[in-house]
Amino acid sequence: MAGSEVVLLDTWISLFGMRVRIALAEKDVHFERREEDLTNKSSLLLQMNPVHKKVPVLIHDGKPICESNIIVQYIDETWQNNSPPLLPSDPYLKAQARFWADFIDKKIYDAGTRIWRRKGEEQEIAKKEFMDWMKVLEGQLGENSYLMGKSFGYVDIAMVPFYCWFYALEKIGNISIEKEFPKLVAWAKRCMERESVSKTLPDPHKVYEYALELMKKIG
Amino acid sequence: MADEVKLYAVAGSPFVCRAKIALNIKGIKYENLEQDLRNKSAELIKYNPVHKKVPVLVHNGNAISESLVIVEYIDDVWKGVPILPQDPYEKAVARFWAKFIDDKCIPAIFKAFPQGNEQTDAEALEQLQILENELKVKGTKFFGGDNINLVDIAAGFIAYWLGVIQEAAGKELVTKEKFPKLTVWADDFVNFEVVKEVLPPRENLLGFFKKRFGKA
Repeated sequence: MAGSEVVLLDTWISLFGMRVRIALAEKDVHFERREEDLTNKSSLLLQMNPVHKKVPVLIHDGKPICESNIIVQYIDETWQNNSPPLLPSDPYLKAQARFWADFIDKKIYDAGTRIWRRKGEEQEIAKKEFMDWMKVLEGQLGENSYLMGKSFGYVDIAMVPFYCWFYALEKIGNISIEKEFPKLVAWAKRCMERESVSKTLPDPHKVYEYALELMKKIG
Repeated sequence: MADEVKLYAVAGSPFVCRAKIALNIKGIKYENLEQDLRNKSAELIKYNPVHKKVPVLVHNGNAISESLVIVEYIDDVWKGVPILPQDPYEKAVARFWAKFIDDKCIPAIFKAFPQGNEQTDAEALEQLQILENELKVKGTKFFGGDNINLVDIAAGFIAYWLGVIQEAAGKELVTKEKFPKLTVWADDFVNFEVVKEVLPPRENLLGFFKKRFGKA
């Protein structure tokens, strides 16, 4: 798609933005990345995502696409001639991929976020839920290399940004993700061997510092 | 070889209804397996071990869960009248609005009824106003244009269930005056042939919600 303009409104810490960056890198799509200050949102962000005013927003030839998993699917469908395919072509496997990406958002990201955003009883509940859902995901991984089998794709992209948060969650939540979920950690390290992932995910120590600062602000 | 299509369902569920509308749009014959969610069947648990919820579509032994995933699957497998746009950008827009309805509108409505408070009411009105504006901007009969699409199907809860909930709760938040476009759209939607044929009877829903709200 020569000559098309691709802009990504994003922040360095946004897990959702990371998904999009990984997808664009996998497809070898050139894009301009703009770091947003969410405490002082740009007029472009407000114009392109008036409903949620959130990142990431992909702007392709002036038209905005919002919501990370929707953006990743858009990237796969638009640059379908670029390998690799991110979603399976078989309708049933495609539906499974969508199911698992939805699961990752509603269950794992939700519980994981509450581990560092909540305290006391609520944090304990979040920890238990997180562990339960991670167990389910590890079951889905099974003995496969990737979450949908042999090839890296949509579901791996949906989950792998969370890997940069494991260190922070372990310190804050006093849990051991590597000990409890060795297969998932092995999977994450396998994904990190891909340049699209290793160049996108920030340093886990920086993420931990960020979480600590936010926790101080929240109080 | 004939297709075997089964739908694990609960008659009053708006999420199950999404699957039924999609199947009806494509003219697919299926076996409706009514479930008792207080006493979940071994089959339901087998086919949806993660969430143990309805709807679940089982197509030739393959199980698909989550209503919007099911609707997209139905559109992918069976050609004929399309449920999603072909164009990747338009498709992304449709998915955005379907997600907005699920993530924002429906939870906000449930928080505002049967009782709610000033905050929950304002939140529900705000989300629905966004939908109202979208309809106004589009200027078409449905979110899908002349025909219903993924967004209309997702918004079925607002077209049909919301009215029942308001009546059961004795609380009217969403009025014709405040939401003229949504009101007309809702009427068109529930009377659209493929929808009308699968909507659960209103009296049953009303009875269910009155009981749930303790107003029976």
